[in-house]
Amino acid sequence: MEKQNFKGWLYLIPAILFLGVFMIYPLVDVFVYSFEEGYNSASQTYLGTGGYNYSYVLHDPYFLQAVKNTFILVIITVPVSTLLALLISMGLSSIKPLRNLFQTVYFLPYVTNTLAVGLVFMILFKKTAYSDGLVNLLINLFGGSSVDFIDGPYWAKMFVLCFYTVWVVLPFKILILTSALASVNQVYYNAAKVDGTSSFRIFRKITIPMISPMIFYLVITGFIGAFKAYSDAVALFGTNLNAAEMNTIVGYVYDMLYGDSGGYPSYASAAAILLFAIVLTITCINLLVSRKHVHYAD
Amino acid sequence: MKNQTDYERIEKQAKTRKRLGNIICYFFLIFWAVIVLFPFYWMVLTSVKSYGTYNSERIPAFFTLSPTLQNYIDAFTTVSLGKYLLNTLIFTVITTSVMLVVITLAAFAFARLNFKGRDLLFTLFLSLMMIPNELVVITNFATVTNLGLRNTFTGLILPSVTSVFYIYLLRENFAQVPDSLYYAAKVDGTSDLRYLWKVMIPICKPTLITIVILKVIECWNSFVWPRLITDDPAYFLVSNGIQEIRENGFGRENIPAMMAAVVVISLPLIILFLIFRKKIMEGVARGGTKA
Repeated sequence: MEKQNFKGWLYLIPAILFLGVFMIYPLVDVFVYSFEEGYNSASQTYLGTGGYNYSYVLHDPYFLQAVKNTFILVIITVPVSTLLALLISMGLSSIKPLRNLFQTVYFLPYVTNTLAVGLVFMILFKKTAYSDGLVNLLINLFGGSSVDFIDGPYWAKMFVLCFYTVWVVLPFKILILTSALASVNQVYYNAAKVDGTSSFRIFRKITIPMISPMIFYLVITGFIGAFKAYSDAVALFGTNLNAAEMNTIVGYVYDMLYGDSGGYPSYASAAAILLFAIVLTITCINLLVSRKHVHYAD
Repeated sequence: MKNQTDYERIEKQAKTRKRLGNIICYFFLIFWAVIVLFPFYWMVLTSVKSYGTYNSERIPAFFTLSPTLQNYIDAFTTVSLGKYLLNTLIFTVITTSVMLVVITLAAFAFARLNFKGRDLLFTLFLSLMMIPNELVVITNFATVTNLGLRNTFTGLILPSVTSVFYIYLLRENFAQVPDSLYYAAKVDGTSDLRYLWKVMIPICKPTLITIVILKVIECWNSFVWPRLITDDPAYFLVSNGIQEIRENGFGRENIPAMMAAVVVISLPLIILFLIFRKKIMEGVARGGTKA
């Protein structure tokens, strides 16, 4: 086969150009930014190089708040959403009639605009001067007293954020797990049935090992996604997340970059790199853990 | 005889247990379906309540006897919802079509053409998939600002017209097209570009459609980049538009009009989803996480 050196690169020019300008160059540049101290975005000059930006970010109470919020969000939503998705897809695969309808309904949140539907959650949970809102009505019904979930205590706001996040991420997980369950070979189940195995044992010894690669995939992508949470929080609490004590790490990066508190690309870069380091570490830990527990058919 | 009854009893027990399990299962599934659907119901319901009715309900009503479309009229007249929708449409169409050209050419080169450094380059491309958007957005913001492209469609569109993941997806599909077709076309004197257009693209149409759908969803919902790059409401996309409406639009308390805007924004994707349900779910299962 003749070589098509020139032609090959020609076809790739647009892709290489775009990736070079908007991905590779920025990747290098973000490290440069993060070490330039006292960068002035108006004059594009800086005073010196060093680790000051990192130390500033690490001592910034807003950043620490954002880290705390993000970690709580991750620790709650990843297990909850994965377990819930597992339960729902187990339920889905054990019924026949209406299964398609349920699947369609469960998938709806995936195709909605996070910002727009977040507003609906806001009015459902919000307590205003006129009305306590629907959720509080339910709480009152069960004898509790009203809480303002949007402008109220920290735990209430965190609860809404977690709830909305789970609502948003579930469709993808349900979809993946349902198709994973459908692909488990029926032979195993029939064999277990012949042996009179209890259904819990079947679940633990057949279902879980067989779909463990998919569960693991969801856990990893779930961690990565949850660490990057941002628009859900904006949808619920508005753009001034620092005031609401609900900022996330990604939110902190964008606030540093742009907006009322913006204009500090160096701090933003340092925070973004810290985020990347956290995500990388967690992913590596996940990979190590999975080696022990995930069953790959060979 | 005794054995006989025993079997019957066991069978009966198993049946009841199964029925009970089924009931619990349906109950649980319906419960979650209600949680998923309720916000949609609530937004439609609220959007047809009049401003007065909504604000006089201390205990929100679950239905309304006097629906009104006034809120929808308000949504299009008081705030520039129409403009936001049009912007998003333009943004989505241009981004998706430019991206299709870029990734098709790249995927074709990787799958079909034979050139020096191809495999190395492909590996490099794949490794780019690991780079999170948050890391590169800072410099991109600076680049676009320095080029004076803030508040322009060019600035909005440029960074999102390539996707390594879609190149990968398409390349895998292109690579499955048998080589013999290519040689046959070569013998007939067909140019590479013509072969790509007449043979490869039609064969790989399902993958291309999947990519288009995923990209459209991504574009319609994109929020972070548009927020950074536009502060002139004339260039807002729907996500930023709804945020703007929330913060300075109808006045904070006109929730029904806000909900009307939310319904209008949500509807296009929901309709698209109901039409292409199977394709979308397949596509997402193959390669979508929510961006």
